[in-house]
Order: sequence, then C-alpha cells, then structure tokens
Amino acid sequence: MKLEDLKQRPAGEPMVWLTAMGLALGTVMVVCLLWVIFVNGITVFWPKPVYQLELDANSTHRVSAETNVFAGAISMDREITGADDGTREYQFFVGNKDIYGFMYKFVPQADLVESDRTKLTQPKDIMVAERLEYGNAIFYPVSMQLGTNEVLRAETPDFTTKLYALVEECNERRAKYTALEKKDIGRINHAIRKIDIQIKALTANKTTKEVQADAALTAQIDAKEKEKEKWNAEYEILAKQAEEMREAQEKDSLTYRLVTGEEKTLPLGDFVHIYQPNQFGFGDKVGFFVSQFWGFLSENPREANMEGGIFPAIFGTFVMTVLMSIAVMPFGVLAAIYLREYAKDGLFVRGVRIAVNNLAGVPSIVFGAFGVGFFIYMAGGTIDRLFFPDYVASKVPYFGTGGILWASLTLALMTVPVVVVSTEEALAAVPRAVREGALACGASKWQTIQRVVLPASAPGLLTGLILAMARGAGEVAPLMLVGVVKLAPELPIDSVAPFIHLDYKFMHLGFHIYDVGFQSPDSEAAKPMVFATTFLLILLVVVMNLAAILIRNHLKKKYSTSAF
Amino acid sequence: MTTLMSEPETQETSKPQPADQTAAGSTEDKAVNDSETLIEVKDNFGFNYGSTQVLFDLNLRIPNRKVTALIGPSGCGKSTLLRCFNRMNDLIDGISHTGDITIGGQSIFDPALEIISLRKKVGMVFQKYNPFPKTIYENVVFSLRVSGRNNKALLDETVERSLRRSALWDEVKDRLHESALGLSGGQMQRLCIARAIANEPEVILMDEPCSALDPIATGKIEELIDELKTDYTIVIVTHNMQQATRVSDRTAFFYLGKLIEYGETTKLFTNPQEKRTEDYVSGRFG
Ligand SMILES: Nc1ncnc2c1ncn2[C@@H]1O[C@H](COP(=O)(O)OP(=O)(O)OP(=O)(O)O)[C@@H](O)[C@H]1O
Ligand SMILES: [Mg+2]
Repeated sequence: MKLEDLKQRPAGEPMVWLTAMGLALGTVMVVCLLWVIFVNGITVFWPKPVYQLELDANSTHRVSAETNVFAGAISMDREITGADDGTREYQFFVGNKDIYGFMYKFVPQADLVESDRTKLTQPKDIMVAERLEYGNAIFYPVSMQLGTNEVLRAETPDFTTKLYALVEECNERRAKYTALEKKDIGRINHAIRKIDIQIKALTANKTTKEVQADAALTAQIDAKEKEKEKWNAEYEILAKQAEEMREAQEKDSLTYRLVTGEEKTLPLGDFVHIYQPNQFGFGDKVGFFVSQFWGFLSENPREANMEGGIFPAIFGTFVMTVLMSIAVMPFGVLAAIYLREYAKDGLFVRGVRIAVNNLAGVPSIVFGAFGVGFFIYMAGGTIDRLFFPDYVASKVPYFGTGGILWASLTLALMTVPVVVVSTEEALAAVPRAVREGALACGASKWQTIQRVVLPASAPGLLTGLILAMARGAGEVAPLMLVGVVKLAPELPIDSVAPFIHLDYKFMHLGFHIYDVGFQSPDSEAAKPMVFATTFLLILLVVVMNLAAILIRNHLKKKYSTSAF
Repeated sequence: MTTLMSEPETQETSKPQPADQTAAGSTEDKAVNDSETLIEVKDNFGFNYGSTQVLFDLNLRIPNRKVTALIGPSGCGKSTLLRCFNRMNDLIDGISHTGDITIGGQSIFDPALEIISLRKKVGMVFQKYNPFPKTIYENVVFSLRVSGRNNKALLDETVERSLRRSALWDEVKDRLHESALGLSGGQMQRLCIARAIANEPEVILMDEPCSALDPIATGKIEELIDELKTDYTIVIVTHNMQQATRVSDRTAFFYLGKLIEYGETTKLFTNPQEKRTEDYVSGRFG
C-alpha cells in the first residue's frame, strides 16, 4: 500500500460545498426577510425623541406657511436619491394632520439652519398626544378648561399630572361605554334585527292593502312590533347611559399650541394617550413600548384601520385558521387513508393523486371564486332556503353570503392537497411489519389502520396540519371573495348566544396588510402599520405552529422507535 | 373458532390420506396419524407469487400440541409456507395456490371462512419483533380489544398470564403502561410472543423468532416454547440446527420449495434418509 493511494480524496466532496451553499443562500434570504419585518415592525412601538428645528429662510420645505420652525420625530434618515455627494434628507413625522393636512415631511439636511444641522434640539416640555381622530399631535400645552369656568394654565406645577389623570379617567369611561355599546346594546340590536326580519318575512310579497285586509297577519305583526317596543325601551335606557358617559368625555378640554403657532382646543375625551417623549428615561421607554405593543395587540382599529390595534384581525385569523384545521384534517386524512390503504393502485388512483397534487398549483383566487359559487351560493343559499326561510323572504342572506365558515371551508379545500400528501407519506412510512403484526392478531384492516397505523403516523399528520395552517393563515386573495372585510363590527366568537357566529364576516391579518398598505390614501403613515401587522401575522403562524410541533414531539416521543 | 376447527373434524380428517404423506417421513418414523393431526398440507400443495412457483407438491401433517420445525436453506419457502397457515400471504398481490391446507379438518381456503377468525386461532410471531407503538399493556391485550373484549378485569388477568408465560412479567410488571418501544430487543420479542398467546390461539407460528436475539434471550424463548407446547401447537422456522434439535418434536426439511424429508427431529438429525438432508444438517451446504 502506497501513501499516494491512501491520500486519494473521495469523489464528490465538492458537492458538499454546493449543498452547504444552497442552504446558506436560502437561510440568508429568509433571515433577511424576517429581520427586516422584525426590525421595522417592532421599532414602530419604540418611542422616538421629538425635535424642534428651524429651516433656512429660503427653504421650500416649510411645514407651515407662516414660519420656518417645525417639530417632529425622525422616521427615516437617508441619502438623497441621485445626489452623489452624500447629502442626506430626513423624513419627519410632524403629526397634526388636522392642521397641516399631512403627517410626514421630507426635509433635506442642508435646508436646516446651521446650528440644527449638527445638533438637533429636543425641547423637554413638548408633548405628543395620541388622539381618537387625525392621528398624533405634537404640541405645547397652553391650558386646561375644567368644567365650564375653571381654567388651569400650563405653568401650574401639577398641570401634567392632572392632565394625565384626567385623560386616564376618560379612557376608563370610554372603555365602559364601548363595552356597554358592544355587549348589551349589541345584544338588543341582534334581537331587534331578528324581529325586523320576521316582520319583513311576514309582509313579503304582499301589498300594504293585502296586509291590512288580513286580520290574523296584522295581529301577528302587531305582536312582533310589541316585542320590538320592549327591546327598544331597554335600548333607550342603555343608550341614555352611554350618551351620558359620552357627554362626560366632553366636559374638560385641553388647549394646545403647535410649534408653528396654531392653537387648538380639544375635549379630553378625544385623547387616548399624552406623553412627553423627550423626558423618557430608559425604563419609561420600555414601559411605553410594552404598553404600545399591548395596545396594538388588544385594541380595535381606529380611523379606517390606520390607528389603534388589530385585535379583531388577530382573532379573526386565529378563529379562521382553527376552523380551517378542523375542517381540513378529517377530510384530508380520510381521503389519504382511502387512497393509500384501500384504493387499488390503478389508472384511476394515479389520476386522483395527480389531480390532488395539481390542486396545490391552482391559483388561490380560483379557490375564492369557487368558494363564492359553491359554498356561498349553493351551500349557503340552500341552508338559507331550508332552515332560515324568514331571511330568504326578507331578502337578507344569512348563510348565503360571505362569512367565516365559508372562508374557512374555502381555505380547507385549498389546503387539502397538503394534508393528503403528507398523510399519505406518513401512512406509507408505517412499517409493514407492524401492520402484519396487527393483522396476525386478528384485527381487521380498518382496526389495523385505526389502532396501529394512525397512531403511529400521527406525527406525520401533524406535519401536514402545520403546513396547511401556515399556508392557510397567510392566504389573502380567496378570502376577499368569501367573507373577509376591512372592518368587522363584531367578532366571530363573543358573549351573545349562540357565541360562535359562523355566518359573521371577519377581519384577517393578511387582508389587513393589503388594506392598510395598498388601499389607504396615506401610504407613508401606513408603512409602520404594515410592518407591525406582518410581524404579528408571522408571529401568530409561528405560535400556532409551535403548538402543533409541541404536540407532534409529544406524540413522537410516545411512539418513537427505540434504539436497539 | 369452534366453527373453524372442531366441528368439521369428523367429516374431513376421517377421509383416507394420500399415501404420499408417509413417503416423505421415511420408514422408521412413525407417521402422524389422523387423530394427532392438527394442520394438514395436502393435495400436493403448491404456491405461486405471480408466475413464479415457490412451493411444490407439499403434503405433510403437523401434529397437535407438538413443536414442528421447518428448516432449509434461505429462500426455500419456509416463511411462505408458514404464512400460508394464517393466510398472511393474502396481503400480497397476485398470489395463487394449488392443493389445500386444513386446520382441524377445516380448509383454510374455504371462501366461507372469515380470515380474521382464522388469524385469531392461528397466532404468529415474526422474525423481526414488531411491537405496536403503544404501551406494553395495550400490546398484549390488542387481540382482545380488536375482538371487542374490553372488560378491565379480563384484560388485566390476560396481561399478567400472558406476560408470565412469555417470561417477561417480572421485568415489566412495574412499567406496563410505558411504551413498548422502550424495551430491549429480546424483551420486545417476548412481548410479541405474549401478544400472540393473549388470545389463546390454537396454533402459534414462529418465523425465526430468535434470529435477532442474543443467546440468553434465545434461551429464554426456547424454554418458553417448551412450556407453551403443552397447550399450543407450534410451528417454528429456524436456521439454527441446534435450536431445531432442542425445541422441536418433528422437523421438516425443505429444499427449493420441496419437502425433502419430514420426521421426528431426533431421527432426522441422527439418521437422515436423504443425502441432501444429511448434507444440510451436518452443515455441508445451506
Ligand atoms: N412477496 C414476494 N413476492 C415474490 N416473491 C417472493 C415474495 N416473498 C418471497 N418470495 C420468493 O419466494 C421464495 C421463498 O421465500 P421465503 O421468504 O419463503 O424463503 P425462506 O425460506 O423463508 O427464506 P429465509 O430463510 O431467507 O427467510 C424466495 O425465492 C423469494 O424470493
Ligand atoms: Mg423467511
């Protein structure tokens, strides 16, 4: 044996590098995407300092026609496009949309006065306010009007503490009356709507004369009207309570002055949160971040989805994905069992298998169109005709319109191939020896599948579920046709009987991204919202997948083959 | 199973057997007589996988409550024959057979016969242990559960009895509800035996049950076979000549799908009638 022979390298070694490169490339792309989304999505909630700056006298980038001064937080800092000398421009968030008409302003660094170019000034007392309307305001407080005659000037020592306390009070009151309106008044509205539909159904296809001539019918209608009266009376009481609380929101008001000189007075009830970002220490910043993030997670959207939280969208996405999973799993698994275990391998089975696999390549919008035709019009229409004649008679579709059930089923149909393929693989991976063992014990084929094969392939089934969930949760196009809306007044699961409302339209994170990012007039303002929403959508999918993976690992441990 | 085995005994086994049977058994061997016979392969039984025939012209009687060993070089069709007894080959597409096999006088190829009830009476232990991905307890009671017997007391009793008989009870009695896949290879094989006897079958088929085991586990299983033969009819395939001599009462030697010699184990090994048998048992080929 010569040393030369021993030194010969095995063939194919360079291929290892090729595979490693493939992996690295893929990983880098995914990580970059996630990083961009994560950073942009998460920094939205981090408080930024507010600067007060002055422009050169001859600048064309004034915020207000009257003065060169303006205040804002930097939302972007970039090189001017086309400039090769490295000059920069800032994008400022100047807020006060009600007064300026815009919220963002690009200002070249060169347009700032000399002193501001090097060091941006951060006034200590400047305030930022999140408002119910027109987004944030940036201002100096002037005074507070408490009730009708008491006025508290901003110079008073405990002015800010008082202001914050009153805003907090308003927030609590708002939470109370929205709960009242949502829950109690919502329940009454439900009942009234139902009675209206019944009345409509009674009088459908009849002229007023005919109705008046029919004594029995008029009596019926009267009874219904009486019932409605009762609800209305209850409604009045609650509405009055809510109205009182709403009025209390207007009781006190704040007058503030922008750095550009304009003054404005707003009732305290119009503010959500007032803070002085330039006085924040690190702890305050973290606290602010957490509360903002939590608000984003848990609140309803405001101002055409541009402000506030996205809770209904998270919830809608979650419920839809769960419903989809419930629908797709049994369906896909049963289909796969038949295909793999029972069907005789032949032209037909091969055809079915090809068809199922190709189903995965059908554009999702086609599924949406199918959902409209099949689920909404055919299935929904039939259900309405059979079980809800009142709704049909009054021409209000109940199930015959887009809703969370049809959306879930449409997505279930779309993800069937994923489940079928992975189930088939899982079934095929169960060793023949184990099946023979079961059969040799006198089990029938079905018992073998049910008691031995399925438990053993459960981890594989869950892999299918994970893939299906990820695909389903991220889908938007078909949903637009079958029940997703920009703004859903009610959640698909709530405290009004029957608690789960499969007919409701719902909000969805994916659609929310599309809506906010591409349908809103102010694309600049929408950007942070889009990133944050995308981040949450990914987070939701990850969390749901983690849950499935945990279950899968548990099952795997239970059924894993031991080492021998 | 009474329908399968005991009842037709009168009509079929009393028929005169082809003289062919004794020919294979040789002169000195006292042939298995009608009353001793449990399994009978007859009418020149043949078996094909698709178009390839792997078993040819078999006629043999396997006695009740005895251990019968099937030996022969690899690929000679031992497993195939064994798997005919509980019709495990039915899982394979394109199989066909000629001749007949009866168990307790009842043809197992009778179209009226329910394969599942046949398998309940003819248990099988495979060459490679194949416990189910379930707990030890559930493995043992599997055959009871699939027959719809779910009485807790009965199951408990069955688990203990079967595990005791398969000499596994002491090792696993504290972990009955843990996964069976955590057992060692030998334990798993004994578990598979416990599983096969839980249902009280009449026949136990064993296809090289010790091929994956160490000598100690093998010893335990051999002891077990010895014990089981008081109640069961055992047919065992083995490549180990010593094992065949140790555990079996009768031995059948197969070569290329044909039965070459069949007789009492001691006779077959000490005084083989056929040259090929002699060569094989003395290790000159195989
Ligand atoms: N599923 C099958 N399809 C086609 N031919 C098969 C099949 N199973 C076994 N055979 C063939 O039948 C013959 C007998 O096989 P069998 O498994 O019965 O042999 P064996 O005696 O058990 O061998 P070993 O001692 O190696 O287990 C072999 O030639 C084998 O190739
Ligand atoms: Mg074999």
